[in-house]
Amino acid sequence: MQVLGSNGSGKTTLLRIICGLNDSYEGDILWRGIPVTAQRETFLAALLYIGHRVGVNRILTPRENLRWSASLHTPVDDLRIEAALARVGLKAFEDVPCRNLSAGQNQRVSLARLLISPATLWILDEPFTTLDVYGVRELELLLAEHIAGGGSALVTTHHRLNVPCAVERLNLDGVEQPL
Amino acid sequence: MSIAPSPEVSTWGAFVATLRRDLLVAFKRRNDLLNPIMFFLIVVTLFPLGVSPDPLELTRISAGVVWVSALLASMLSLDNLYRADYEDGSLEQLLLSPQPLFFLVLAKNIAHWLISGLPVVVLSPLLAYMLYLPEEAYWTLVLTLLIGTPVLSLFGSIGVALTVGLGSRGLILAVIVLPLTMPVLIIGAKAVTDVMFGLPVGSHFALLGAMLAVALSIAPLASAAALRISVN
Repeated sequence: MQVLGSNGSGKTTLLRIICGLNDSYEGDILWRGIPVTAQRETFLAALLYIGHRVGVNRILTPRENLRWSASLHTPVDDLRIEAALARVGLKAFEDVPCRNLSAGQNQRVSLARLLISPATLWILDEPFTTLDVYGVRELELLLAEHIAGGGSALVTTHHRLNVPCAVERLNLDGVEQPL
Repeated sequence: MSIAPSPEVSTWGAFVATLRRDLLVAFKRRNDLLNPIMFFLIVVTLFPLGVSPDPLELTRISAGVVWVSALLASMLSLDNLYRADYEDGSLEQLLLSPQPLFFLVLAKNIAHWLISGLPVVVLSPLLAYMLYLPEEAYWTLVLTLLIGTPVLSLFGSIGVALTVGLGSRGLILAVIVLPLTMPVLIIGAKAVTDVMFGLPVGSHFALLGAMLAVALSIAPLASAAALRISVN
């Protein structure tokens, strides 16, 4: 599902509410028919969130960052991490401190998390912003593979998603804009 | 997809990984690692210059000086605890882990103590020597610091967690943390002074131990709740 809306329409707020990072909402959030408040751990285990702030420590290397991220959910071995980093185009950058990498490369480090996580629900807030055209293509491929594998994704972006599957669109402005 | 290990195992794994990560970050930022220790050394060495180099005078204030400096050094380094993680988004990842936040926060607090508290404990006999602390009080000083400094880290963590989202924190951190840590300072310094006068100190140690037990069981819960509020 793609969430659309003009700046300030509440895309990020909506995603943060769904994740449980923001609790100023009314109503219920259901995951597989059960309120998330009743099954917090199950929901979190199925969830992978990448926000505006990508969650990459600038002092650590991509490898160290991913090792920690993975350990918070499901620990993976180094080979998986290297493969994931190679896939997002960061081969040979595994041991470079993230502060020496560009914004786009840091975004790629956070996207590598998608590859090492067994999460079924991806919640991505503006994942395309700093990526170059190849990065955009690569992320669309990842999304397509994830959907084909039975997963679901909730993405905010103004970019026209080019994925070979049905994309539901939620427009927070209420008005359908031509894409 | 790999088979998920049993929850206990991966909670332990997440705990160890968080501890290792925070230590790694600290060791890669030498300044942050050395600042609290240097601060501790400088403050203690200033007292003989400012008060009096007279051994009798220094003996009298030595326990208090070491303890106050340890408290200030711990507070100085508190800000590093969640600040960078808040700014780069790692804190959100921490909050969204299916593992209990209690243990992840505890891991971060232990890392903070290993970085800022343990060096103070190790250096304290040297400074006690500089301040003419009587020999019989050395062990009491080291032991009270060993029990007391983790309490400083644990209670301090609550204050930082509450204020991490504020743009300009200024003194508010000290206003929150100092009342919580004051009893530790009073009892810790009093125990060392009492030993110098040959008084029994068992009750002081019992109180410090009780504080550590309370801090270990309650402070990470409070920090976790405060972090959720700050990120909200």
